[in-house]
Amino acid sequence: MAEVTLNDVRKVYAGGVEAVKGVSLDIPDGGFCVLVGPSGCGKSTLLRMVAGLETISSGQVAIGGRVVNEIEPAERDIAMVFQNYALYPHMSVYDNIAYGLRNRGTPKDEIDRRVQEAARILAIEPFLQRKPRALSGGQRQRVAMGRAIVRKPQVFLFDEPLSNLDAKLRVQMRVEIKKLQRALGVTSIYVTHDQVEAMTLSDKLVVMSGGQVEQVGTPTEVYRRPETRFVATFIGSPPMNILPGLVDGDGRVSVGGLTLAADDLPAGLEPGRHVDVGVRPEEVEVAPAGAPGAPFAIDFVEELGATELLHGTLGGSPFVLQVNTGAVSPGTKAVTLAIPSRCVHVFDAETGKRLGRAESATARAA
Amino acid sequence: MVERKHWFSTLLPHAILILGVLIVAFPVYVAFVGSSWDAGTIANGTMPMTPGPYLVENYSRVILSGNATAREPVGPMLFNSFVMAMIIALGKIAISIISAYAVVYFRFPLRKTAFWLIFITLMLPVEVRIYPTYKIVADLGLLDTYGGLAIPLIASATATLLFRQFFMTIPDELVEASKIDGAGPWKFFKDTVLPLSITTVAALFVIQFIYGWNQYLWPLLITTREDMQTIVIGIKKMLVTQDALTEWQLAMATAVLAMLPPVVVVLVMQKLFVRGLVETEK
Repeated sequence: MAEVTLNDVRKVYAGGVEAVKGVSLDIPDGGFCVLVGPSGCGKSTLLRMVAGLETISSGQVAIGGRVVNEIEPAERDIAMVFQNYALYPHMSVYDNIAYGLRNRGTPKDEIDRRVQEAARILAIEPFLQRKPRALSGGQRQRVAMGRAIVRKPQVFLFDEPLSNLDAKLRVQMRVEIKKLQRALGVTSIYVTHDQVEAMTLSDKLVVMSGGQVEQVGTPTEVYRRPETRFVATFIGSPPMNILPGLVDGDGRVSVGGLTLAADDLPAGLEPGRHVDVGVRPEEVEVAPAGAPGAPFAIDFVEELGATELLHGTLGGSPFVLQVNTGAVSPGTKAVTLAIPSRCVHVFDAETGKRLGRAESATARAA
Repeated sequence: MVERKHWFSTLLPHAILILGVLIVAFPVYVAFVGSSWDAGTIANGTMPMTPGPYLVENYSRVILSGNATAREPVGPMLFNSFVMAMIIALGKIAISIISAYAVVYFRFPLRKTAFWLIFITLMLPVEVRIYPTYKIVADLGLLDTYGGLAIPLIASATATLLFRQFFMTIPDELVEASKIDGAGPWKFFKDTVLPLSITTVAALFVIQFIYGWNQYLWPLLITTREDMQTIVIGIKKMLVTQDALTEWQLAMATAVLAMLPPVVVVLVMQKLFVRGLVETEK
């Protein structure tokens, strides 16, 4: 068990493409860090650099205080679970799990003890003598996990391990991975493009885009207080509504003629400055008839069962609202919305950075 | 697909297949029949279509004592052919699997050049480079040896290409998983690449064994001693005689014997083929 430290890690490919543009990160011992971002954001490259499968162009990667830049993958004391499992097709499940231990010269009885233990934890004991092709996707996934835990490494690396599973299994394995990681207490780095996986699994959520870290924090921090417009729209489903607006004096923004109060907007910004105003679809409520609020014209409704998505326009911009089914009677064309001032996020229109009060950020951190 | 069985739809394919089998098998049958008569009957001009009474006599003459024109009995010639074909087949597989492994998995200067040089040799079969090859083999003192018979035929671009194509279908993640599991290049080759290639190896072995077995021009050049002759040359020598009657029945018997080892190789390897076809799934 060990902490993982990344210090200004960069990856430049031979063609000059910079896939990772200087990432610094501290993952505490036993922490579960999830790297999330759209495809091509450099998250997998970063993970592969920690694994030693990609060379590090500059910067340092340290595992347990030891800089591992020049150390072979096998010597880094890590285990990796691949997206397509990468099981050896010609070996039995037992041999797949035992292979890494055998290569390290572990005594036979010790190997057997550890393989049996891993198989018991993952409930794959009945399949130990089968070949991987005779297993279902979920079972193969367990074998891949078994291969990782049997080594008792300092760090687990997961490269989109659930992408090849169907939706139901994915939810089930997600929970199991979390339980397993808790039980073993091994530092883990997990790469995914699925923000639900990212939110549910992580203690430390790292949102990446274009080779850079956009935000690091607990899932709640990242959800409650996105530091950039990108994070705001990437984390949360359905994504946050972004409306073009203007600063309208202290603590207020105007969006297409509507004036919204924003708690977190710092004082002293010049009025008329262009901003992007973000509002989460699930944080807005329909105001009772006659109450003051923002008029919202409904175009169409998507029913999700427990909730409904109302698509329409607010202040001249497209807007999505999530409400409990039945909150708006069918056929309604317009409603008034109550938008709480603590739920209004304001981002600089040009840089996409959050316009927020410094003290509220520190207050939350404390 | 659900298809209604009509007697015609069963009959026609079978008729075509049976016709094909007859066309291929008829000459073999004629050779077998020919090997069971005496010289006089065949020299008559009309080949009988049913086996004759001299079967045992002909084969025992061929196997035990040889005949008037090629004094060597068939046994040593079969052995020579077998050794040559085995060295060629195994040598080709050994060389091409490691060169393909190098080309696919290692990054070294001039890797592409090395690959294309191998590729270009496809255009230079034995017949084209026969003079320089003969010169080299002669200078090395390898005339009339198994080495001289087999080594110049071992280098194979075809097999290298086949292995390369196969290796490229092995997912990169397997290489990476092996690296993390602490397997170096040799272990990865031994534990993963080789077991996965076994069906390709079997296919190549069959093809190359038959290629080696059927060699004619090169053994003809390189062997002068009769005890180094291969079976293919032996058959040829039986047919061309200056003043005696060609002993067709013995030539046919030799030809039938010469067919047996490749047939055995195909039959034995076919099991592996089928197993590979049924099981291979990555």
